[in-house]
This record gives sequence, C-alpha cells and structure tokens, in this order.
Amino acid sequence: MQDIFDLALINLLSPPVLFFALGFAASFARSDLEVPQAVAKALSLYLLLAIGFKGGVAVASHGIDGKLVTSLAAGIVLSALIPLLAFKILRLVTDLPRVDAVAVAAHYGSISVVTFAAATSVLITAGIDYEGYLVAVAAVMETPAIVSALLLVKWGTGKGEADVETNGGNLWREIALNGSIVLLTGAFLIGWITGPKGLADIAPFVTDPFKGVLCLFLLDMGLVAGRGIRQGRRDLSAALVAFGIAMPLIGGVLGTLAASLIGLSAGGAMLLATLAASASYIAVPAAMRLALPDARPAIYLTMSLGVTFPFNLIIGIPIYLILGNIAGG
Amino acid sequence: MKTYPKKRLEAFVEAPVLNRFISLLKAEKVRGYSVLPVLSGSGADGDWSREGSVTNAGQMVAVVCILSPEALEPLLEKMFAMLSRHIGIVSVSDCEVMRGDRF
Repeated sequence: MQDIFDLALINLLSPPVLFFALGFAASFARSDLEVPQAVAKALSLYLLLAIGFKGGVAVASHGIDGKLVTSLAAGIVLSALIPLLAFKILRLVTDLPRVDAVAVAAHYGSISVVTFAAATSVLITAGIDYEGYLVAVAAVMETPAIVSALLLVKWGTGKGEADVETNGGNLWREIALNGSIVLLTGAFLIGWITGPKGLADIAPFVTDPFKGVLCLFLLDMGLVAGRGIRQGRRDLSAALVAFGIAMPLIGGVLGTLAASLIGLSAGGAMLLATLAASASYIAVPAAMRLALPDARPAIYLTMSLGVTFPFNLIIGIPIYLILGNIAGG
Repeated sequence: MKTYPKKRLEAFVEAPVLNRFISLLKAEKVRGYSVLPVLSGSGADGDWSREGSVTNAGQMVAVVCILSPEALEPLLEKMFAMLSRHIGIVSVSDCEVMRGDRF
C-alpha cells in the first residue's frame, strides 16, 4: 500500500499535473497568461494522433484475441449505461431541467483522452504494464454515451420536453464525423496497419515529445478549467459540484469491476477505470450543441472541464490506481 | 456614383452550427458570404473566450452576407427555424453597394 501512496505522490508532483495546477492558479490570479486557440487546437490534434497511433501499434503487436474483443464490448456497455445512471442521480440530487441533466449525463458516459494520457503517463513512470489496446476501447467509448443521451431525450419528448434537433437526419453524420473522433480512430487504424515499424519511423514525433506536449496542453487546460470555474460558479450548485466528484468515482468502480471480469492487468484495470470515470470535453459538447441546443453549455462544460477533469487528474488517477491494483492484483 | 440598396445580414452563430448555416445559405442561392472569427464575448449565458479552447462547443462565429431585399424574407424564415433554439443573434440592416447585379 505504501507503494500506492508513493505513486500517488509521484502523480501529484509530476510535470503534467504541476503544469495543470500552474494554469489553474494563473487563471484564478487573473494572470494574462493564455494559450492561443489555434495552438491549443494543434496540441489536442497532436495528442489524439499520438495516442491513437500508439494504440493501433499496440493492437498490431498484441493481435486480436478474446480479451481485446471483450474489452471493446465492455467499453461500449459502460459508455452506454453510465449516462443512464448519471441521469438518474442528477434528477434525484439536483434540480436541473431534464435537458440539462441529459447533456451533463452524456459527458460522463463518454471519455477524456487527455485524462487517459495522464493515467498512461503515471503507469509508464511507475513501470506498470498495461494493455496498450485500451486506446481502442477509448475510441469506442466516445459515442455510445451520445446515443444513450439522445434516447433519454426521446423517451421524455412525449412529456412535453424538448426534442432532439436532427437536422433532417444529418445529425448522426455530423456526430460521427466530429474531428476528434475521426482523428483518434483514423490514427488508431494507421497505427494498426503500419505496426511497430511504422512507430519506429515516426517515434521522434509521436513518442519523444509526447510528455512535453502533454504538459503544455495541461497548462492550457488548467487555464481553461480555472476560467470555467470562475465564470460558471453562478450556474453550479453544491449538489452539482458533489455530482462532478462522485460520478467519476462511481464510473471508476464500474470500470474496475468490468476490468476484473475481463481479467485485465492492474495497469489495464486502472486505465479502464480512468476511462469510465472521465468526462468528455471535446466530442460530446459539440454533439450536444448540435442535438440539444436547449441544454446550457455553461453547466456541462464547467462540470466536465472545471470540476471532473481536475478531480480526476489530481485525486482520481491515484484512486483508480488503487482500484486497478485491487482488481488486477 | 450610383449605388444600389441591399440588405446586410449579420449572424453570430454557434461554431458547431456553422456548417448547417452555410448549407442553408447555399441552398437558398445566396451568392456570397464571409465567415469571421469572434474572439470573445458575453451574453445571456455568461462570458466566453475562444482563447485556449479545445472544443468549438463554447465558441461563436460571425457570418456576413449582402442580399437583395426580396431574397431576405424567405431566408430569414428558414434561418429562424434553424437557429431559434440556439445561442446567437441575427441582425439585418440597410446598406448600399456599388455593383447591384452581384447580390
């Protein structure tokens, strides 16, 4: 157990987490530090490309087996079910209108690739092995949550609630072609096709600078999260903040249980727990603006970016590491 | 110099909806438009800024186009059907252009 606490300390004092804290503190101190939008976008593209590509290489090296397929299925089920659970909890403990509760719930079923990257970074630092193909699980967990959320809206439409804006049947094409989903999935497929040789060819780009880029990205995320909290405070009740902290823990436990049933390693269990615990802030917010324009972005973006992302990065990841050790040990 | 009276339509729309909005302009045979970035702002849903943002969900863009007065009304009706549930502002003003046959 002492090792786990040592690892938690390593996580807290790691450069990515400290850069995130720097951004968060700078935002609260109203510093003029900022990362231009185009740079932030480029950093997120780089991370999606690198994470997806390395995941594809891991599948090429590992091969397709029953455990991989089961992990993919578990990811889809978790992503589809967590929003239903999150929605029920939100309706019980908060006074959010149905459409806002659905939108928030959708974020918690989908995933944060950067939280996943930060968790992976901790495992690498600690020398803990994990199933590299879990990136593929991350990719398949992006959209089932959106499907569940839209079904929740459909089920409530007869009760006078706002309907999904389908854009003449083009909604699913718009969601599936979201840039982050296309890049993560595409890079994964390219990594799978080219395998370890492909990785060797571009390792100086996708491997060596990865952690430094992650630090810069997390500095930006700290700034954005801090700004979100400052500006979104009026929209967040104590119950919502409590949900933003409790829901990832519930998701983490569900992810750990699934990992235990599949038989993933301790590192793999920790990553699946992290995926189930994380909340989307790229693909789902865009999908919600298209499908549920009545839902308030000030609530779901602040919840995802301002509450759950920092919680997972600083406190959640060590907890998921403990859960992973229990499940995989 | 002779100028021609036209309508200037200016729409601040949510960035995720931009493609839908442009498709509508094209479907309505609007012959030209410009898309402008919007850096930051404040409205009924609070303050926002595009700086550092990795998602376009909280961002706005501006679309400007010049129309003939007779083309405006049918476009506005379809625009309202598309945008009425979204964050944004659509405004119309009178303007004069030098090459009237282009709009």
